[in-house]
Amino acid sequence: MNEHKSRTFKVDYLARVEGEGAMYLKISDNEVKDVKLKIYEPPRFFEAFLRGRRFSEAPDITARICGICPIAYQMSSIHAMENAAKISIKGMIRELRRLIYCGEWVESHALHVFMLHLPDFLGYNNAIELAKAHPTIVKDGLFIKKVGNEIVSLLGGREVHPINARVGGFYKVPKEEELRSIIDKIEAARDKCIDAIRWLTKLEYYEFERDYEFIGLRNEDEYPFNEGRIVSNKGLNILVREFEDNIIEEHVEYSNALHARLKDRGAYFVGPMARYNLNFDRLPQYVKSIAREIGLEYCKNPFKSILVRSIEILYAFTEALRIIEHYKMPDEPYVDFVVRDARGYGCTEAPRGILYHRYDINEDGIINEARIIPPTSQNQKIIEEDLYHFVKKHIELPDNKLIWRCEQAIRNYDPCISCATHFLNAKIERE
Amino acid sequence: MRVPKLAVWKFASCDGCQLSLLDLEDEFLSLADRVNIAYFLEASKAVIKGPYHISLVEGSITTEDDIKRIKAIRKASKYLVAIGACATSGGIQALRNFSNIKEFISIVYARPEYIKTLDHSTPISDHVNVDLELQGCPVSKYQLLEVISSFLNNKKPNIHSYSVCMECKRKGNVCILVSNNIPCLGPVTNAGCNAICPSYNRGCYSCFGPHESPNIKSLSNKFRDIGMDDSSIIRSFRMFNSYSKSFRVIDNERA
Ligand code: SF4
Repeated sequence: MNEHKSRTFKVDYLARVEGEGAMYLKISDNEVKDVKLKIYEPPRFFEAFLRGRRFSEAPDITARICGICPIAYQMSSIHAMENAAKISIKGMIRELRRLIYCGEWVESHALHVFMLHLPDFLGYNNAIELAKAHPTIVKDGLFIKKVGNEIVSLLGGREVHPINARVGGFYKVPKEEELRSIIDKIEAARDKCIDAIRWLTKLEYYEFERDYEFIGLRNEDEYPFNEGRIVSNKGLNILVREFEDNIIEEHVEYSNALHARLKDRGAYFVGPMARYNLNFDRLPQYVKSIAREIGLEYCKNPFKSILVRSIEILYAFTEALRIIEHYKMPDEPYVDFVVRDARGYGCTEAPRGILYHRYDINEDGIINEARIIPPTSQNQKIIEEDLYHFVKKHIELPDNKLIWRCEQAIRNYDPCISCATHFLNAKIERE
Repeated sequence: MRVPKLAVWKFASCDGCQLSLLDLEDEFLSLADRVNIAYFLEASKAVIKGPYHISLVEGSITTEDDIKRIKAIRKASKYLVAIGACATSGGIQALRNFSNIKEFISIVYARPEYIKTLDHSTPISDHVNVDLELQGCPVSKYQLLEVISSFLNNKKPNIHSYSVCMECKRKGNVCILVSNNIPCLGPVTNAGCNAICPSYNRGCYSCFGPHESPNIKSLSNKFRDIGMDDSSIIRSFRMFNSYSKSFRVIDNERA
């Protein structure tokens, strides 16, 4: 009755993810025997060569872990250094940090939504093929992405590895009129984003919901970027500095990245969907109303993460406009100080979820030890579990369809494999 | 000519340089009309077999397997361009080249005996013949576009080697090194970024790496004059292009 008794699937190079990974799946007697997400990017040893560098160099160095979310690395390291110095930056500098992060969320989410993930839903290999059949959505998507990049470049000097953020603030802050010059574009992109959300709602989504533990930041009366407590929907509620007491990383033999898990409870979920479910009440009315219109107040289906990302793009544009409209150029672009003999913790919401940094700084301001835990290594275990359950449910599908959907299930998390590899006490195995 | 096939390859890197292609939002779709994107895993799961007319290579060589792979890529490519600091000088991960790799591994990994990595991170040109090197961490997306379009039009790309100082002059920036004593690597660094850092009141940190004939000694002396100690001077050269031929010689004595 079953023509494939034992099936093994291997996708050696996962496409449309950032970095290099592979998937391995074994089915026998119609049962899923083994699922592995392999990460085989070679390690780059960031935590090693950060030792001996000055505290002020960490933002530019760690940015090079990931070209897709450099702001996240800059922000987590900067906040860790300020935490070590017991300084908290308020006012317009704080607002500008949120603004540049808005730009990164838009740019990173739009890349994923329109160029990497959407082709899966409609059966295309890439955005170029997709653009031939559906030119408007791809062009609008590229415009949205471009405006995100323009926010980053305006504040940061360029899109990839922007140069303007520093411990204490920015090297240079924009004048009011410089920021205001992009209001029209942001408004146009926001309107296109609303059209896109309505369009995306009509896609066909697989029924797939699980009872996840969502983890993200939560802060007083705002949607989180740089600050907050680390909370979950299942009772976790800790300070950033308690992260390593609650989350452990495990060796897995087949991957160059560690799997993180919660003590006592196991796999957990970080990223847009977690952030959204934990902070829906913090969204502005306007964004909430669009979310309600498409029936997305709480989302447990990772295949719908494409909608959550689109709503977050809308939020980022709305927040960017709020910041720009009340912006007053600060007198000083940064607060000058030296970090000495201290430990600092930072955790911010990267586009793909919480990104944790910890540094020990000696009396000369030099880094003695660094620890970095990126979102993708936190999501690895959840991704494997999703694959397991998804395959179990759809085991009757022909091989090529099953593989396609599994790849899509991996892309639900927008995994950034470049990020996930560089840390971690894992065994590297090469075949 | 038939539509040329373009391939994008990745070695040890952050993906930022290849991302620059996708950051060409206004040009990407029309570019895709003119070239056949035959291998670009970050953007497409469709893979077309070689040979390729133009290969863009991102990342540095850090494993035995990388060496085999880059040789195969060279064979399959007519015109091979190394893009970014990783591919042209070994990148930030080449900082291992100045340390003991065993120590490095044991800092990051609990089971050092399992780690298989080369003790040096090296540029593509250490292993195969490279037709063009495009510097930058990341590369400038406009330079990248210039390289591809000139290839399509059978022209020499308009990419020059001179210092960031020239770009500052063209923009009318006041020199931050002379006027404000801010350490700036602009004098030894290849142009291409349009002097971003000095335009934002900070010193250039040489993400583009050295230009053709940098005078490292004289800049180090200047740095010492404005009060930097030796270890800070060395560190300033030990960033994203530390293993470039001009910068790697920096050591305690030379600085
Ligand atoms: S050169 Fe810099 S931007 Fe390019 S891949 Fe390497 S680390 Fe990333």
